Amino acid sequence: MSSIGTGYDLSASTFSPDGRVFQVEYAMKAVENSSTAIGIRCKDGVVFGVEKLILSKLYEQGSNKRIFNVDRHVGMAVAGLLADARSLSEVAREEASNFRSNYGHNIPLKYLSERVAMYVHAYTLYSAVRPFGCSFILGSYDQDDGPQLYMVDPSGISFGYWGCAIGKAKQAAKTEIEKLQMKDMTCRELVKEVAKIIYIVHDEVKDKAFELELSWVGEVTNGKHELVPKDIRVEAEKYAKDSLEEEDDSEEDNM
Amino acid sequence: MERHFMDSQTKGVSTGTTILAVTFNGGVIIGSDSRASIGGYYVSSKTINKLIQVHDRIFCCIAGSLADAQAVTKAAKFQISFHSIQMESPPLVKAAASVLKELCYNNKEELQAGFITAGWDRKKGPQVYTVALGGMLLSQPFTIGGSGSTYIYGYADAKYKPDMSKEECLQFATNALALAMGRDNVSGGVAHLVVITEEGVEHIVIPGDKLPKFHDE
Repeated sequence: MSSIGTGYDLSASTFSPDGRVFQVEYAMKAVENSSTAIGIRCKDGVVFGVEKLILSKLYEQGSNKRIFNVDRHVGMAVAGLLADARSLSEVAREEASNFRSNYGHNIPLKYLSERVAMYVHAYTLYSAVRPFGCSFILGSYDQDDGPQLYMVDPSGISFGYWGCAIGKAKQAAKTEIEKLQMKDMTCRELVKEVAKIIYIVHDEVKDKAFELELSWVGEVTNGKHELVPKDIRVEAEKYAKDSLEEEDDSEEDNM
Repeated sequence: MERHFMDSQTKGVSTGTTILAVTFNGGVIIGSDSRASIGGYYVSSKTINKLIQVHDRIFCCIAGSLADAQAVTKAAKFQISFHSIQMESPPLVKAAASVLKELCYNNKEELQAGFITAGWDRKKGPQVYTVALGGMLLSQPFTIGGSGSTYIYGYADAKYKPDMSKEECLQFATNALALAMGRDNVSGGVAHLVVITEEGVEHIVIPGDKLPKFHDE
């Protein structure tokens, strides 16, 4: 649903007559132009999957990462303007580091996401700056509090989720995520499902090559956020490709 | 002798003191004497409270310059209560001890105060942390501090057992304080003890004449 702001959309410090801040909405459109990122929380951890579109064959493999480490125990998957996202990952890292310096222990994810969301929100108040054009998903695992997943969007709000998706195919991804019984799954099972969802929502026609970036944090990694090991990633991608082929085959039979 | 005199002029009232904190099965006991002195000659207070409550289940005992200790604990109490409200949950004992440590370390040139932080939290249960003069933070099952502690290292090391019951631990803490107060001239008065468990906080005061006696006739 798009509408023209005409005059009320020139700065973030202006409301429109129907109570909208158009600059923030335009920032969210910037996120929708980017490729999809999903995060799902399961029984014993959190798994991130990002559809990283390869724009040129000259890129080094594994460059232009879309998943960041904020502290040992927190991962951040982003969608939208990558430069904005990188700057926010630095903000998140500083918050986590200051917290650890002052209080001696890991920053709780709820608090971290609230602090970064407050920072993002501050940029939606003034005409001198523009809002951040990125959304990001934060995930962590703690022995006592268990797995946590939060998403922050350009308006500066943060919510906790069991599963969420951001980027161009977020609606399709959300539909797929809702089919999962994530509360009963372990990370190892979930990795394969996340890979499958990314493969499903990837548009073969409009975007050609893509690289799947997978990371997890949970009991399986002892609370450390890290990229999924190569052998597990290869297995997950194989599962994803096989599932897609099966679906294609079953469609042919029905005809 | 002269250095001692100089110290009391610049530092004023000090707590030559005995403080301790001991974990037991299900909680922690923190205790101190109640004497404040100037220069080791004059007892400026017989009944000061060196056990400061910094949060619902976290206490701090102070040693060194009383003024410095009170200023630091006041700032720490504010920071910890603000932190707890932001977190929407009771603070971890480690967080409280870290706040004290940051204050002591960042102001180490001006300050002359050491602390023992003890308490209970949901994550790790009963804990004891020492924050030394320069800002060192150390977690221990039990710890003793202050000038009077030098006289009871032997007793504490010999008699401490992990996982004591509350009564055993109370006996251990009371004995330790009594022995230290009996030998250290700048420790004395009454024995203050606070028992911290998940259920709550219990404050026990033992007047000087009710303390256990050790060959005192």
